[in-house]
Amino acid sequence: MLLETRGLSKNYGAVVALSSGDLSVQAGEIHALMGANGAGKSTLVKLLTGDVTPNAGVILLDGREVRFPSPASARKAGLASVYQDVSLVPLLTIVQNLRLTGTTMEAIRPWLEELELEDVDLTELARDLPTPTLHLLDLAQALASMPRVLILDEVTATLPADLSERVFRVARRWRSEGRSVVVISHRMTEVKALCDRATVLRDGATVGVVDLESSGQEEIVSLMLGPEAASVVVSEGSVADREKVSKVDRRPAVEVRGLRSGILQDVSFTLQRGEVLGIVALEGQGQADLFECLSGNRRPAAGEILVEGKARRFRHPHDAIGAGLVLVPADRALALLRQRSVLENIALPMVNRLRNWGLINSGSERRRVKSAIDRLEIDTRAQSRVMRLSGGNQQKVTIARWLATGFMTLLCFDPTRGIDIRTKEQIYKVLRELAASGSAVLLFTSEMPEIQLACDRALVMYGGRVVAELSAHDATEAALLRAAHGLGRAAAAEAAS
Amino acid sequence: MSTQAVGMRGGRWAAFQRQLQDRPSLVLVGVLLFLVLLIGIARPGTIGGTWVANTILFAAPLGIVAAGQTLVMLTAGIDLSVAAVMTAAAYVAASQSYFGSIRAVILALAVGLVVGLLNGLGVAIFRVQPLIMTLGTGLVISGSLLVYSLQVSHQGPPAVPDIVRYVGSGKLLGSIPVSALLWGAIAVIVIIGLRQTGFGRLVYAVGDNPTAVRLAGVRGWLVLLVTYVLCGFFSAVAGLVLVGAINAADLSLGDVYLLPSVAAVVIGGTSIYGGNGGYAGSLVGALILSVLSSLFTLLDAPDPLKQILYGAIVVLLAAVYVRTAGDTG
Repeated sequence: MLLETRGLSKNYGAVVALSSGDLSVQAGEIHALMGANGAGKSTLVKLLTGDVTPNAGVILLDGREVRFPSPASARKAGLASVYQDVSLVPLLTIVQNLRLTGTTMEAIRPWLEELELEDVDLTELARDLPTPTLHLLDLAQALASMPRVLILDEVTATLPADLSERVFRVARRWRSEGRSVVVISHRMTEVKALCDRATVLRDGATVGVVDLESSGQEEIVSLMLGPEAASVVVSEGSVADREKVSKVDRRPAVEVRGLRSGILQDVSFTLQRGEVLGIVALEGQGQADLFECLSGNRRPAAGEILVEGKARRFRHPHDAIGAGLVLVPADRALALLRQRSVLENIALPMVNRLRNWGLINSGSERRRVKSAIDRLEIDTRAQSRVMRLSGGNQQKVTIARWLATGFMTLLCFDPTRGIDIRTKEQIYKVLRELAASGSAVLLFTSEMPEIQLACDRALVMYGGRVVAELSAHDATEAALLRAAHGLGRAAAAEAAS
Repeated sequence: MSTQAVGMRGGRWAAFQRQLQDRPSLVLVGVLLFLVLLIGIARPGTIGGTWVANTILFAAPLGIVAAGQTLVMLTAGIDLSVAAVMTAAAYVAASQSYFGSIRAVILALAVGLVVGLLNGLGVAIFRVQPLIMTLGTGLVISGSLLVYSLQVSHQGPPAVPDIVRYVGSGKLLGSIPVSALLWGAIAVIVIIGLRQTGFGRLVYAVGDNPTAVRLAGVRGWLVLLVTYVLCGFFSAVAGLVLVGAINAADLSLGDVYLLPSVAAVVIGGTSIYGGNGGYAGSLVGALILSVLSSLFTLLDAPDPLKQILYGAIVVLLAAVYVRTAGDTG
């Protein structure tokens, strides 16, 4: 056994992040680490990379007990990790960043080639390069130290499919050379295709190790969710309760006409009350600009936005929120007050008007916040500071905020990125309920199967324009992919049929 | 067995850390009582009603200016013009006393509001770094005050208005300092304001994450503007209380309060990065600093030693906070 952990545990104050982490990784294996948000995956990785030290338990490398008091010691022992968030300093050039970590050009060059990054100008500032490129540079840097165990923590969560494939290629090469890879991913298909075995964590403890060759997806999901929750494993369609929706009076909630901003080119569409409208696009096709304009965070260069039939000009998110358009942004870090409590985070928009600057009615505030927490089933054991919540619970807080405050149109930008399947289901369910009760939901998602699960219809954007509109029935992954790559409307329809 | 013992100690240390995080003021009160105890041991018979009243009287200007500084630091800013505002407010009140006490006090407070407004406009609208902005206005105020003092010199020496003297050094029922009551009232308003009002929430929120505040539809600039105006106002009040206690206005009256105003807030557990802390801590921080200098005076410590110990203790207390109240997630 190359790497083994036994009974690793870690708690932060009263909150137990990991109670019994057991993991064993063989040489020449790609091993998946799976579990719902808050199951303890990230904590286990942090222990392996020396970011934090365990309260109990041992780490064995080649059968010998090792201790990692610092990240440097873990790297020296041959464990390197790449995270979902880029770890390059934005205001340094890539060359300077490499020097910072002591990576030589000779060591990294083969990996730049392997990852097809030869054309990247390494004298550019990190902040001037596109995020996906930075992810790959991060990976190349980790590879340059030739780690015996490479840990990929949600690396592909924000990568487009073609770049993800390059990451997988490297992982397979690592395996063929007798080294090991530990992969953390919420994408089941990705894990099935890439990995040999999977260790499943639930509520801070290892609950099983499965052979991915022989076992099915259901087995893993039920391990992840636990016996009591296994029955809620949702198959396609059971989330979308379309019967109810048809009862809602279908009036336009938001009409967008000839919108231009950034790379947006003349975008027009209508969002009806009572529907979840999906937006599908590859990275950087104008979807971000669209959401920025609709949420009042940016003024469009041309075109108009009509809310309930009236043209509106948003100069600040305050105006959009006043008109009933509220945003759940892609990056939770943008929306949350890390050091403040769950209550203060959820109640934040309630004090966004001058007339609410006075004394707070704690009773009614607590009631509204509690009903939002209950509706989204937020785990509030660590509620005194939002940063202590797991990623999925943090995401739920950003949505709960608007449930508590009230809105007409919910703009969700990739709300299920990097969160586990149970939380995803809960979010889809809430989105469907919102639509059923007469709200409108605009949902951009980078995971195309979500469209058929949660949406009534989908718009596909390419090059700053809406290039296709598909009903939920026609919006298969294949049809969406074709359209998203700019293959014509006719071709997309053909693929769907 | 040994691992278990280590575990126990870890548990207790963790519990202590949590206490420090959740109730920083309680731990600080412990430090304060310890210092008082030291004085009691070093000079038996010193501690008594009069000593307590005088210590609070001495701490009141610092405590009041720290109220404004706390608000500003919670928004991740800093106000380096507080000392200049204290001096200016005190001097204006004293030099205008010939035209009536009320008018003098109103003009003095107006100085604080105007400087606060300038700071607020610079920081909130023009996005000047708070450090630079307030350093600049501080210099402008000091210079303007010098010019002003030459202009009014023909009126004769400045005299502190009676009402200001009463607030600064008067005592109710023979022993309760009026300034302590004023400080207490301000403390209650600031503490409740921060915890229980929408504005208080936003002060924390702006310091924690300005982007989140914007996305929630809050006009963050307005929150900053009001915060700096309040800080200017509290500084002016502190200047009046100080000049009332000393009963003589000069052009460097408030200078010694600049760094203690920041130190009291930091010792009190408010993060200089904003978003975390509160006034209860700053209040005890101001008392600790006052008791500390009272202790040095009683011990007849030479000035250089006083400075060294004062600085070292401030750094030590701040370091304890960084270790405990910092990012544990």
